[in-house]
Order: sequence, then C-alpha cells, then structure tokens
Amino acid sequence: MGSRSSHAAVIPDVDSIRRETGFSQASLVRLHHRFQALDRNKKGYLSRMDLQQIGALAVNPLGDRIIESFFPNGSQRVDFPGFVRVLAHFRPVEDEDTDQDPKKPEPLNSRRNKLHYAFQLYDLDRDGKISRHEMLQVLRLMVGVQVTEEQLENIADRTVQEADEDGDGAVSFLEFTKSLEKMDVEQKMSIRILK
Amino acid sequence: MEGAELAGKILSTWLTLVLGFILLPSVFGVSLGISEIYMKILVKTLEWATIRIEKGAPKESTLKNSASVGIIQRDESPMEKGLSGLRGRDFELSDVFYFSKKGLEAIVEDEVTQRFSSEELVSWNLLTRTNVNFHYISLRLTMVWVLGVIVRYCVLLPLRVTLAFIGISLLVIGTTLVGQLPDSSLKNWLSELVHLTCCRICVRALSGTIHYHNKQHRPQKGGICVANHTSPIDVLILTTDGCYAMVGQVHGGLMGIIQRAMVKACPHVWFERSEMKDRHLVTKRLKEHIADKKKLPILIFPEGTCINNTSVMMFKKGSFEIGGTIHPVAIKYNPQFGDAFWNSSKYNMVSYLLRMMTSWAIVCDVWYMPPMTREVGEDAVQFANRVKSAIATQGGLTELPWDGGLKRAKVKDTFKEEQQKNYSKMIAGNGSLN
Repeated sequence: MGSRSSHAAVIPDVDSIRRETGFSQASLVRLHHRFQALDRNKKGYLSRMDLQQIGALAVNPLGDRIIESFFPNGSQRVDFPGFVRVLAHFRPVEDEDTDQDPKKPEPLNSRRNKLHYAFQLYDLDRDGKISRHEMLQVLRLMVGVQVTEEQLENIADRTVQEADEDGDGAVSFLEFTKSLEKMDVEQKMSIRILK
Repeated sequence: MEGAELAGKILSTWLTLVLGFILLPSVFGVSLGISEIYMKILVKTLEWATIRIEKGAPKESTLKNSASVGIIQRDESPMEKGLSGLRGRDFELSDVFYFSKKGLEAIVEDEVTQRFSSEELVSWNLLTRTNVNFHYISLRLTMVWVLGVIVRYCVLLPLRVTLAFIGISLLVIGTTLVGQLPDSSLKNWLSELVHLTCCRICVRALSGTIHYHNKQHRPQKGGICVANHTSPIDVLILTTDGCYAMVGQVHGGLMGIIQRAMVKACPHVWFERSEMKDRHLVTKRLKEHIADKKKLPILIFPEGTCINNTSVMMFKKGSFEIGGTIHPVAIKYNPQFGDAFWNSSKYNMVSYLLRMMTSWAIVCDVWYMPPMTREVGEDAVQFANRVKSAIATQGGLTELPWDGGLKRAKVKDTFKEEQQKNYSKMIAGNGSLN
C-alpha cells in the first residue's frame, strides 16, 4: 500500500516531453491517463481506429484530417510522445513562452506552429502548398454531399485567389500566414487544461 | 479419519447456519436484520476511513472535483459563433480552426468514453481496486484495509459463493419441477414463489441492499418495464420485487441451462441469435406477449449495453414501437460500497461475479415511475427520448444522446451528415442540395 500518486514516474521520458511540449507535470499525467483510456487493447500506442472510436471526433467534418495529423510520415502508430506533441500545438500561449531564449527551438504552441498545424490540415500531400485541388477535397470533406460541385469549386477558387499572392495557383504557408495575420490564432486554437 | 470427520462437522454446521439464517427467511420474504447490522458497521467504518483520509491528505491534492468536472475548459458556443471570422459567414481558411479545436477537445476528453469505465470515487472505500488516486495515510488505515481484505475474501466470499450456488440450483430445480405441472393459477403462484425465493437468495449472495421507491407504480401485467442498464445484476434487483418476463438471446452453458429451466415455469421470451436480427419477428413476438393481459410484464433494457451508471445513453427505439404501456424504472447504484458496472471488454462474466462477491455490498435505489404511453403525433424516437429523460431525471443521471453501441462500433454516418449540413448551410446558403 504505497503511494500511487506519482504517475509521472510511469511515463517514459517525461522530462524530455515536458521540455519539448511545455506541458506541466500534472497536465502530462492527465494526458497519459487519457492516452491509456483511448488505448483500449493496452498496446502502448494508438492506431487510427482508436481515435475513430471517439464519437465526437467521428462526427467532426474534419475528423479524418485531424486523425491523420497524428500519423505523420505514413506511420500507423502514435505513441505517447507523438500524441502529446500534436496536442501541444493547442496549448494556450502563456507569458513565459514569449520571452524565450532565441537560441532555443520555437515552442510547439507558438502562433507560427499553430498556423502550421492548421495549414497541414489542408495540405493533403504535404508538399508545402495548398493547391486548388486540395482545397476542393478538404471542402468536400467538410460539407459531405450537401453542396454542389459547382458551388464548391467557386468557393475553392475564390479562397485560393484571395490568398494567393505570387499567382502560382496555390497557397503557400507564407501566403496562408499573411491572409490570417489579423486573426486571433492564439485564442482560437487553444485548449486550456484545468489543473 | 479425524480430519475428514472434523471437516464434515464444520460443513454441516455451516450449512445449517446458512439454511436457518438466510434460506428460510428468503422463502417467506422476511429479513432477520443481519444485513442491516452489517451495513451499519460498514458505513461507520467507511466514515471513519474517510475522515482519516481527509485529515491525512495534503492540501493540494484533494480530489473532490476530479470525479465530475472535465479536465479542459470548454467553450460551448454554437458553430456559427465559433466560426465567425474576419468577414462574416462565407467559407474562410480560418474555419478550420474551429473544427480542429473541437476535434482536439474531443480527443482529450469526450463524454462517451468515460462512461465505459468505472466511476471515480471521491473518497476511498477501502477496496484495492478503487485505490487509484489515494496515497498511504497511516498504519491504522492500512490495518483496517488488511482486515477488510481478510473479511471480504475469507469470510464473505465463501458465504456468498455458497449462497449463489444454492440459489441457482434451487432456481433450476424449482422451475423444472413447477414446469411439470399443468397450466393453472397454482402453477403461476408456485413459479412466482420459486423465482422470488431464488432471487432473494442470490441478492443476499451479493449482500445487496435495495431500496424500492414508489412501489405503487410497480409494472403491471401486460406492460413493458424499461430501465437503465449497468450490469446483469439489474435483472436480479428488479426480479426480487416482482416477476417479469425476460427478453433476450439464448446463451449456451450455464446461462442456457438457467434460461431453459426458467421458461418451463413461466413464459419468458428467448430468441435464437439468428432471430434477433429479424426486427419484425422480435416485435411480433413481443406484441403477442403483451396482448395477453395475463402474462407478466416484459423487462427490456433499451440501451442495449452496460453503461457505468453515471449517465443514460440512447434508448433504442425498437422497444418503444411495440405499443402498450411503458413502465419506466430508474436504477442507481451507490458506488461507495461496490462498483456494479460490468465492463465487458475488461472482465468476463466470471471475474465480474467474483469482483461483485468480494465487494462490500451492492447498494442501490430503484424508483418505479408512473406509466407512460406514446402520445398522438409522437414517433418512437421521440417517445424513447421522453422516457429516457424521465429516467435520467429520477435517477440523478446525466443524459447523453449517444448510442451505447459506440464502445464497439463506429458512429453512424447520419450524425456526421448533420454537422456537415449545418456547416454547408452557413457557407453555401441557398445553394445546398436539400
């Protein structure tokens, strides 16, 4: 009957994960708990199917793209560090993050990285550009069968045209960032974990 | 041989005690008050333990809120507000923020997954299995816990197993015997007696303490009784207070023997696995059953699967299409004394029963509610939701629209289509395809 509260000891490499993601120890314990709850067969990693079983995610129009974001580089499994790395993008920006040592790598929840996460949801082939075709496909995911092909094409054309500055018919990350510079990204893409 | 004689003597005294104190009173529905005394001692002990834990717990780690409050701060604004971007309601690149945030929120915490694991307790109840969040406090507490383990595994468990064994054998033998009689009111009376006695024995096998509320609304013959589902024990709890006709699949093994025996004495509705798939056949047989006003009320659990007793999930509309009067019943277990939830993906039936028999007790409240019928212009789904709300309110459970089958299967596409429809209306206005 010893103390079982130090769950952090159960998480492998907890210190390096903490440094990389900026989550507090308590948050990491909670997220690890959640990771284990989602890992139904106790495999130690999550597969696409584990995430697809979450009801509220399955009905989300962008559900498939979000699930995909956990499996970069064609992998089929996501372990706990990978899981937390994605979630770290949604960590609210706190004061201690802004006065960062310029030599350290940018924190995962910086404005730029949040925008990059959103960019990747559109960029299906990960080539660094959102083509008109990709825009159309993502829009189709979001509206299902509710909108005609013609209408969708109009919307896709308009959106790409407005953001495209160098006229190459695709939206690069820089153009994406520029078109959203007035948006309060930090607030819209933040999930606060309660202590 | 001396050893064998001694063992024989112990066994016979043991059995006589059991017979005298538990079995006979069960036949007559009388209680000797032993379980009440046990419960009182138990409650006092647990209260003492709680006080010691609260004294010993360091101030920062009080877990009072972890059981019910979520772990993330949620912004429940509707889609339109969340999507308001720079320009109004047309599609924008930034729309993806809203959906990705909602998606990630669901990944961190969703209302459904947490319903398929046992409820977290606010204070420890001296069972090892619930000791997830609690620290070592003091030597005395540990001693009490050790004593508890000894009592539960060495005293209570053998007693309960004996009772369960006797109860089930009596049920099988009794119903088979009664089944030999020709149909008559005597047969019905006897079959009721056998059912009730065996159920009472089985409930004592779990040290069950059940409070029935509003007995005047107990389900009548020719009606359908509908309740929320937490474990197979729900059946036991309800049948201790009245006889029901059960509906279900024919199983093999021990369950199958029990089922076949029971149906001889009293008309339960058992289906073969293949028949279950044919919804019309099922509905037809159930309709026939309730049309006969002399038959016992049918017992149905519309959720279709076991939920952890903190919420009520979608009621499948099949039961509500049969017609007839619905008698809702709410069942709420007190998790302090034992966790009744059957997590079928984690435990099989035998380990579940063992866990039940090594808990302190099963304490629950059963509320009978006034009968409800389908109103004019109300379809089966709306009726099902109405009954579900009533049960949730009575039992103090939260209501969820999700299907309990989610723990095994994927969400239906219709739910996703609804979200897609909402979004399309916003960005495409009057051009959408409906």
